[in-house]
Amino acid sequence: MEEKQFSLEEDALLFNPIRKTGKPFYLAASILVAIILWAVFAYLNQYRHGLGITGLVRPVFWGVYITNFVFFIGISHAGTLISAILRLVKAEWRRSITRSAEVITVLVLFFGVGNILMDLGRPDRALNIIAHAQFRSPLLWDVSSITVYLTASSIYLFLPLIPDIALLRDYAGKWQWFYRIFALGWRGTERQHRLLEKGIAVMAILVIPIAVSVHTVVSFVFAMTIQPMWHSAIFGPYFVAGAIFSGIAALILAMNVIRKVYHLEDYLRPVHFNNLGILLLVMTLLWFYFTFTEYITVYYGSEPIQMAIFWSKFTGRFALYFWGMFLFCFAIPLPILSFKRTRTPVGTLIASASIVIGMWLERFVIVVPTLTNPRLPNETVIYHPTWIEWSVLAGSVSFFILLYMVFTKVFPIVSIWEVREGREKSMAEVQERIKTYLPGLGVE
Amino acid sequence: MVIDLDKCSACQACVVACQAENNVPIIGPEESSKGRTIHWIELIPYIEGEYPHIKARLLPRPCMHCDNPPCTKVCPVFATYLNPEGLVAQINHRCIGCRYCTTACPYTVKYFNWYPPEWPKEMKGSLNRDVSIRTKGVVEKCTFCSHRLLRAKEKAKIEGRDLLPGDYVPACVQACPSGAMYFGDLNDPNSVVSTLSRERRAFRLMEELGTEPKVIYLSEGM
Repeated sequence: MEEKQFSLEEDALLFNPIRKTGKPFYLAASILVAIILWAVFAYLNQYRHGLGITGLVRPVFWGVYITNFVFFIGISHAGTLISAILRLVKAEWRRSITRSAEVITVLVLFFGVGNILMDLGRPDRALNIIAHAQFRSPLLWDVSSITVYLTASSIYLFLPLIPDIALLRDYAGKWQWFYRIFALGWRGTERQHRLLEKGIAVMAILVIPIAVSVHTVVSFVFAMTIQPMWHSAIFGPYFVAGAIFSGIAALILAMNVIRKVYHLEDYLRPVHFNNLGILLLVMTLLWFYFTFTEYITVYYGSEPIQMAIFWSKFTGRFALYFWGMFLFCFAIPLPILSFKRTRTPVGTLIASASIVIGMWLERFVIVVPTLTNPRLPNETVIYHPTWIEWSVLAGSVSFFILLYMVFTKVFPIVSIWEVREGREKSMAEVQERIKTYLPGLGVE
Repeated sequence: MVIDLDKCSACQACVVACQAENNVPIIGPEESSKGRTIHWIELIPYIEGEYPHIKARLLPRPCMHCDNPPCTKVCPVFATYLNPEGLVAQINHRCIGCRYCTTACPYTVKYFNWYPPEWPKEMKGSLNRDVSIRTKGVVEKCTFCSHRLLRAKEKAKIEGRDLLPGDYVPACVQACPSGAMYFGDLNDPNSVVSTLSRERRAFRLMEELGTEPKVIYLSEGM
């Protein structure tokens, strides 16, 4: 099949962000860079003086950084997992959203890992985890599984990019050498297409168990200890569900932004937001179900050591965080996502923003209250994160947004070839497929 | 180690002896009020019952040196491990400061160096040269004065004899003025600690967790 028949004019909108860059981009980028530099300054401060300048104390040894770690790794479940599932079930509406989802995964993983490195007291010795690896430690499981995940999701992002890179090589005009290298000699022949489809299909299947394993072992960091309210068997699935939940929310946020900024209203239509909104609604209910079972079992067991933490969340020192989490993760998004009338791009945007905030709080509410109430009586200490930790959080988020923006300037954020393929082939394909499962229509 | 709570007067001599013996940094009142004090052995206030039937006791708490330690399992770099002598050892110069062991220990015996350790100028001359000084960003905890064990072993070797029960005791045990602390080989059925550990008054902290702590407390009516 010859790709040459496509002109640059078709889907010109998708090339536009790459061809020209306006003032707003530079303005946004410089604000983000300023925040990042501020965060770098904050971290250098911490590196020089020690973790003492954070709010961490004994026994609250983990705080915002570990919360960020769990949160960012959770967000990463947006992309690859959603896109893989949609590809496997042949959901045709996936075509214009898979790319923007996969990019989130690959980029946000760096900030999950980055936050745990910044949490180390001796980051200069981080390589000890390779030199003296102890595989009994759940942290090592994290290292292994996140490495595999990063590799797999990078490949999974790259494979569907190849035909688009080839398009850019042939038509974009700038950075031809760059696109030539990464197009890997793509000419769009029948054989190449077949290989690519096969590669994508294999990766889509591979990536799902890997993604599930990643957040399961992240939860194991907590669940494998014998600390009250961490040592819980449902933590694995609870974390995975939470990860997908926050991931979809992050994806809807990203889609809303690129839709507005790059005028992609025709590619990212209300139906996409409606469909993702339904998915998000399911996850909202699933999240509630897990949270409910987690807390009700603790409440009925009513072991004093667990109840101390339970009440600190419900009525005590962490009540604001806990009920904030409930509000943002459930009370706000549920009504919005329940009705078709509000499952619009703007509606899902509000619900998603709320969920992203709520899920950060959820991670915080899991990490900190348990540590604040150790088994042995301890002086009451209160963990107040300092400006250092908040700066690092702001910096991580800004850096992620910046990288995402840069990605949209180098590669098309909507998969061009998949959209075109959809236009050309999938009408007929879907018709054929429907025939295979409708009774009364004989198929050979 | 056996600690007889009926003899303990909560004078904290063990705490002071430990600070001096193990070069435990002094962090100043400001950091201390935040809850960052390092005490390898610490007096834990146990308050039981409700008013008016309230009972308060102070419990000296060193590292429990568990036989099944929850902290060593989670260390990603083998910086804390159960050594052949049965002590939970800590390799300070390998620790990456992830603080996983500190969160996993149910007895919260592990401490973190939030800042580089510091001492008043006058005290620098009296630091113990047998105990290495930790850097900022690593975890430290009670070692049962394992440097004393090394010394005692070397001495016994030079003198061409086996290690005797009295050769090695940690600083806290040595300093206890009321003789409430005992130290010795729990595996030797005839040792003092072994006999005491089988007393009716004996109990261990949070035995139900299955950590098998090697610190045994004695108390009437516990």
